Amino acid sequence: MGIRFILMVNKQGQTRLAQYYEWLTLEERRALEGEIVRKCLARNEQQCSFVEHRNYKIVYRRYASLFFLVGVDNDENELAILEFIHLLVETMDRHFGNVCELDIMFHLEKAHFMLEEMVMNGSIVETSKANILSPIQLMEKAS
Amino acid sequence: MEQLKTIGRELAMGSQGGFYQSKEFLDLVKSIGEARSKAEEDRIVLGEIETLKRRVSEPDIPKRKMKEYILRLVYVEMLGHDASFGYIHAVKMTHDDSLLVKRTGYLAVTLFLNEDHDLIILIVNTIQKDLKSDNYLVVCAALNAVCKLINEETIPAVLPQVVDLLAHPKEAVRKKAIMALHRFYQKSPSSVSHLVSNFRKRLCDNDPGVMGATLCPLFELVSTDVNSYKDLVISFVSILKQVAERRLPKAYDYHQMPAPFIQIKLLKILALLGSGDKQASENMYTVVGDIFRKCDSSSNIGNAVLYECICCVSSIYPNPKLLESAADAISRFLKSDSHNLKYMGIDALGRLIKISPEIAEQHQLAVIDCLEDPDDTLKRKTFELLYKMTKSTNVEVIVDRMIDYMISINDNHYKTEIASRCVELAEQFAPSNQWFILIMNKVFEHAGDLVNIKVAHNLMRLIAEGFGEDDDSADSQLRSSAVDSYLHILGEPKIPSVFLQLICWVLGEYGTADGKYSASYITGKLSDVAEAYSNDETVKAYAVTALMKIYAFEIAAGRKVDMLPECQSLMEQFLASHSTDLQQRAYELQAVIGLDAHAVESIMPSDASCEDIEVDKALSFLNGYIQDSIEKGAQPYIPESERSGMLNISNFRNQDHHGASSHGLKFEAYELPKQTVQSRIPPATLASTEFVPVPEPMSVRESYPTTIVPSASSDAESTELKLRLDGVQKKWGRQTHSPATSTSSSTSKKTVNGIKQVDGSNTSNSSTWETYDSRKHVEINSEKQKLAASLFGGSSKTEKKPATGHKISKPSSHMVEKSHVRKSSMEIASEKKALVHQPPDLLDFGEPTVQSSDPPSVDPFKELEGLLEPTTQLGSTAAAATNSPDIMGLFTETPGGTHNKDDSDILSSLSKQPVTNMVGGATSTQVAQSSKGPNRKDSLEKDSLVRQMGVTPSSPNPNLFKDLLG
Repeated sequence: MGIRFILMVNKQGQTRLAQYYEWLTLEERRALEGEIVRKCLARNEQQCSFVEHRNYKIVYRRYASLFFLVGVDNDENELAILEFIHLLVETMDRHFGNVCELDIMFHLEKAHFMLEEMVMNGSIVETSKANILSPIQLMEKAS
Repeated sequence: MEQLKTIGRELAMGSQGGFYQSKEFLDLVKSIGEARSKAEEDRIVLGEIETLKRRVSEPDIPKRKMKEYILRLVYVEMLGHDASFGYIHAVKMTHDDSLLVKRTGYLAVTLFLNEDHDLIILIVNTIQKDLKSDNYLVVCAALNAVCKLINEETIPAVLPQVVDLLAHPKEAVRKKAIMALHRFYQKSPSSVSHLVSNFRKRLCDNDPGVMGATLCPLFELVSTDVNSYKDLVISFVSILKQVAERRLPKAYDYHQMPAPFIQIKLLKILALLGSGDKQASENMYTVVGDIFRKCDSSSNIGNAVLYECICCVSSIYPNPKLLESAADAISRFLKSDSHNLKYMGIDALGRLIKISPEIAEQHQLAVIDCLEDPDDTLKRKTFELLYKMTKSTNVEVIVDRMIDYMISINDNHYKTEIASRCVELAEQFAPSNQWFILIMNKVFEHAGDLVNIKVAHNLMRLIAEGFGEDDDSADSQLRSSAVDSYLHILGEPKIPSVFLQLICWVLGEYGTADGKYSASYITGKLSDVAEAYSNDETVKAYAVTALMKIYAFEIAAGRKVDMLPECQSLMEQFLASHSTDLQQRAYELQAVIGLDAHAVESIMPSDASCEDIEVDKALSFLNGYIQDSIEKGAQPYIPESERSGMLNISNFRNQDHHGASSHGLKFEAYELPKQTVQSRIPPATLASTEFVPVPEPMSVRESYPTTIVPSASSDAESTELKLRLDGVQKKWGRQTHSPATSTSSSTSKKTVNGIKQVDGSNTSNSSTWETYDSRKHVEINSEKQKLAASLFGGSSKTEKKPATGHKISKPSSHMVEKSHVRKSSMEIASEKKALVHQPPDLLDFGEPTVQSSDPPSVDPFKELEGLLEPTTQLGSTAAAATNSPDIMGLFTETPGGTHNKDDSDILSSLSKQPVTNMVGGATSTQVAQSSKGPNRKDSLEKDSLVRQMGVTPSSPNPNLFKDLLG
């Protein structure tokens, strides 16, 4: 499975994007987000970017006010996931230009489209920025 | 003025192609963004739900408007509220002709619905249609949905089309089709078992993206069945080699590493394939060694690949040279300032330690630093390492540490895990029984309710069986020390239930055994327990049985029994208890007290918990009784084996008369209560004499059904049944005896299990205690060296370096990184040159492409070799035109000055970037702007928008909307 979910949450703990690769009910999502966001927000910068939670791990990275949290299985390479987050941010940056929290909020579907290209079935399938962005650019042109 | 700017920004956002957004949507997003608390956010969303409920049901909504509503629904669900009223509209939107609207519809559907939702059936049709579309983007959108929405039952509906799409001319479609197949495999391996060869085929795809995606299913396939994929070792190695040699298009590079995510996946697969296979491993040594050399250990991604190499090396057949490289990499990790790298180092150490245990010694101080680090994640990882390196020489120190940590944490999940690890280590390596009991007491005391009940039973057995080889005096010493410690622990408030059960059992069994404590003292304690934990039935049951044992031992010893007044009141209470189990135990106690010494001794012998209980499975003692019943006209018992034989057609008639066995129990269950009332008490005492002397804790539950048994076969019942159900009685009547079978089976279950294994290396108990005590009182910090010595065995002879010696001063590391960045930009330049040279070189491999398009007959390895070269060729012809300059630009555009951007300086970005305050942020954005000219306007606009939205610097979160990458 690898990746179980990808969350973007701001410093106040408000969810800005949520994508789950295993089905959780609304209640479960709510509880999970509350729990792990509290855990991650409580940590300082010197500490690891990884947190163990129940039977999986959360790899998180903070950009300005926004936290990117990725829940992964225990055998996943944490550093690689950390860099995967950065790749995602770089990709969004290339598309939006100096991407910020608002860009994601206003263009939630585009952020999701990028994720759909990068991750399928909880595995990283595409890491070329050009390949990730080309469907979105084509759609923009078409409509 | 500022308002105008905001409007400009909004217009700019609204006008982005078809991603049109109305004022209403912008307002919603803004108000959500401005919400200061969860309550406020909830209020906004609840209002939005009301609005949307009205809006979505209006007729003739323009599709752009509808798309926006659906996105607002996505918001509603994302923020934790139910938006199910709008699901159907999302489903409808997937039918739309416009690609963007359709894809948004699919997106919403995948976010809203799980694969078993009722609406899925409506979507399957659309998916089928879209999979046939001419527009490959529509096909891709449908395949995305397939991955998320198709369940086991709907797989056949789309499977043929997905298989066809594996050969689609567009690589994006092939990639997604592979992943859809992967999904089917995950959902129901049998449904695609005949298609698994497609994964092998796609590994040789011309497109590196498809190849990379194919690694995901292959990884899963290999991990379930390694042996079927050994033939692919050479292919994987050759792919990895080509990736490491930068033969993939530059678009796959990430921070100057060639396709690191693909490398990592390949290393994971190789680790599986090479595990315990010398021949396969030998094929991998060269390429893994190459990667070790090539990895740039100054970047995060380089270290990620290095870490994966270590994992691979520690999994495959060991190779001394690679192990050395791995050890080097680990020590670099551990000496790093970054907690992330330390974490990876500790993890890697735990993997390598199995192969070369001596490696831990040189890192002992680093490990202890991590153990004492305030960072919980690091601490846990280190405990995991300690767990892996526990031996009989260091078990005491490690388990002590674990228990201290276990006591300090609140997270139940982890508490359970660490408690079970303590138990496991203690069981495996315990130097003495005393120590074992002490450790178990601590575990039970602090995590009792989280520990598996079996652990308690094991401990009971250990106390009962003692050491086995030793003489009885050692055993009784062990028991009395256990009794002592438990009486002491009973003084504590709030003891976990499992622990109380254990304590009650031990006190009942051995409380008065050595004569140190009087029966009245122990019974007093037991009734205190029963009273203090009056809402725990199990504990009460254990306490009553323990009381009975104490009294029985007293009677057997010829002493007069005086029941304490509190015991008496307790008994009265239990005799009227709602719990039949408690009631029964209380009656049993009453009955036992009334018996004479001889009878008591035979039903409740002292110290007999380890004796085998002889069970008369044939129940011969009932023979006379049965004879009587039959004479009085009861049906004889027909064994189950004969009853099932009745299913034969020849016996059909017979069956008609005597009834089918399968339903018999059902009827009896309804009839039973009536007679149990009639004949309850005498049988209960009867049962007690037979079954209760089993002091085994497991018998607690099993003894329960025995009460009913004799009553069920009583005379009164059979006659009564006859009266009430005369027609049916003929059919089911002989079932009266079936409870007897259930008795015998329940008693036969009580086998005394195997002897617990305790590592019998009884190294001087007294010294154990001494070290334990001294450790408790001495300051940990000054003891670091000693701790290291006790953990790692060696007397800390190596590594005299002070702990601070690891810390490379920050400025110097910066210098290193700077120089590295310059070097790498030069590298890029040279690579650029190389790229110019590449195409003609690659054109030589042009021919194999043709060869590869007629695959089945060709040798797969050869095919693969041929195929990957074309890949690069494809990349450099097509991608060189579009992608490569792009990515080059990204790096050449940002020369010298920008290495405080994340790309180059990872370490500092990790530790410093988040600290950015207004001042630091401003400077860094300026740098970014100077490198990215056209964006300045954008960020200015954003700034003003932010201000417009009420996020002034005075607000609690001044950099709320600061550029993410600034």
